Amino acid sequence: MTMFSRPENTVAVTESAPAGGVARSRSRVHISVLGLIGLAIIIAACLFCFVGPLFYHTSQVASNLAASNLPPGSGHPLGTDDNGFDILGRLMIGGQSSLEIGAAVALLATSTGVIWGAIAGFYGGFMDGLMMRIVDVILAVPALFFLLILATSAPPSMLELIIVLSFLAWQVPSRLVRGESLSLRTREFVQAVQVMGGGSARAVIRHIIPNTVSTIVVNATFQVADAILILAVLSYLGFGLPPPAATWGGMLSDGSSYIFAGYWWQIYPVGVLIVIVVVAFNFLGDALRDLLDVRLR
Amino acid sequence: MTRYLTYRLMHSVIVVVGVTIVVFLLLHHLPGGPARAILGAKATPVTIAAFDKQYGLDNPLPVQYLNYVGQLLHGNLGYSYKLNISVDSLLALDLPKTLFLVGISFLISVIIAVPIGIAQAIRRNRMLDHGLTGVSFLLYSMPTFWLALLMIDILSARLRIFPPEAPQGTTLAQVLTDPLALVLPVLTLVLINFALFSRYMRASAIESLAQDYIKVARSKGLPEHKILARHVLRNSMLPIVTLLGLSLPWLFTAGLVIEQIFNYPGTGLLFFTSAQNQDYPVELGIAIIIAVTTVAGNLLADIAYAVLDPRIRYS
Repeated sequence: MTMFSRPENTVAVTESAPAGGVARSRSRVHISVLGLIGLAIIIAACLFCFVGPLFYHTSQVASNLAASNLPPGSGHPLGTDDNGFDILGRLMIGGQSSLEIGAAVALLATSTGVIWGAIAGFYGGFMDGLMMRIVDVILAVPALFFLLILATSAPPSMLELIIVLSFLAWQVPSRLVRGESLSLRTREFVQAVQVMGGGSARAVIRHIIPNTVSTIVVNATFQVADAILILAVLSYLGFGLPPPAATWGGMLSDGSSYIFAGYWWQIYPVGVLIVIVVVAFNFLGDALRDLLDVRLR
Repeated sequence: MTRYLTYRLMHSVIVVVGVTIVVFLLLHHLPGGPARAILGAKATPVTIAAFDKQYGLDNPLPVQYLNYVGQLLHGNLGYSYKLNISVDSLLALDLPKTLFLVGISFLISVIIAVPIGIAQAIRRNRMLDHGLTGVSFLLYSMPTFWLALLMIDILSARLRIFPPEAPQGTTLAQVLTDPLALVLPVLTLVLINFALFSRYMRASAIESLAQDYIKVARSKGLPEHKILARHVLRNSMLPIVTLLGLSLPWLFTAGLVIEQIFNYPGTGLLFFTSAQNQDYPVELGIAIIIAVTTVAGNLLADIAYAVLDPRIRYS
């Protein structure tokens, strides 16, 4: 454990140099068991998807119809799909795009939302009203409908998917940060910046945003889970990354054609994997919220 | 109160206008413009110019937008050139079917979730509570399409109790003639809604049970079932009313996925096939309807909350 967990050190640290919000809260509360389980699952999933293919070599591009729809057995621990692709190997490759897009969307959406919300809350008044109505307009059309409209003309590339998914996900962090920013701007340390002649940009970047960091971190964790989930739905409906890319949603979609043939290995491993990864991110988010949000204690 | 309502109403109108601007811009910035989308890739510049002239597409953008809004206000949502039928007629056929599916699932899940949520609150932190919390958490974390596939695999492919496809038909009456086929899509939606509502209901009932008026009711000797029916139930229903308004976008999204998987002939399936066929007018017409319903739902939820709970006073 860190030195902050011992009470005598906590006092010493607070006196010599003010410890940050994270360090101080860790001295009193530890991350919950469920949060640790979530973190362990996330690390395991990353190892499985990114390190796994280095040891478990499969081709997910060249189809092999002679080996299609094989049940789990020797050579194929989880069987093969209708193109003869090895399911275990495909789970790894498909997970790469899910985790990469999930993390990128969380990063892009959260940073956009944070800047948008901090500015709206800091200025208040007309600016705030205008910026928040834009948020309301985007929220009025459910994300899946927006995504299908935007994906109608051509199958998206990975970059386009990240941008579009982020465009539909930054509204929640912006609302959260705006709320905190509204109250922070009346606090003395922010007003002091203005009294000392500091610009608005300095107040927002150096003083308002750092004080919302616990809200931001918690929300970013949930954003990853949401992005992975909506990406899976999109791929399932056939509007995700186009072939030959392997996606978890696409695997479920392919496998669902063979439900009545009893090819359970084509839907259960991938479905369970999606649920486990999404739940793991939600566990971690809940645990971080308990850890960082002082008001909940 | 009146001031609050006026403010909320204006707010909603602004959002709806914003949505029409977004949809209008989407409609007019399609690859090659609407003329190319309708006439096809082989259209010559001359036919495109003639088409633009005929339909007023050569006017300045603000004029076109005002024409578009004028049409919307007259209830004209557009025309599907792929299906050769107006979007209004398509919606008149499919919207009742979707409203039925979503409505009946919502109703059943509330009827199940309310007593279960209250029971959990009364037996808080006991076996029953932990078990039911586990079940609702499991259902809550399941993606809609995955739960639907599980339903088909277990109840249809393996046990062969229910057919995997929803009833087919152009009108709601035709759909209702095959109730057995309705079970799987409705059941899937009920399970998903139930997970959400029972969590809210439990939290809300726990809050009600801790109030002073419950202690008063107990101390004056009111039987437990009367306390539950008169004080706990009524006071904990409040968040459910709001939840109905706020969960509309989520209900539409789940509805779209369910309709696609079970091939239920509603607006969600219509939206999906339109996306596949690049039938933009239908997609954007449905998007407008959903956006307006969502905004209206939020507004009604706020109003209902203010009317039902006299403690809430907005300034």
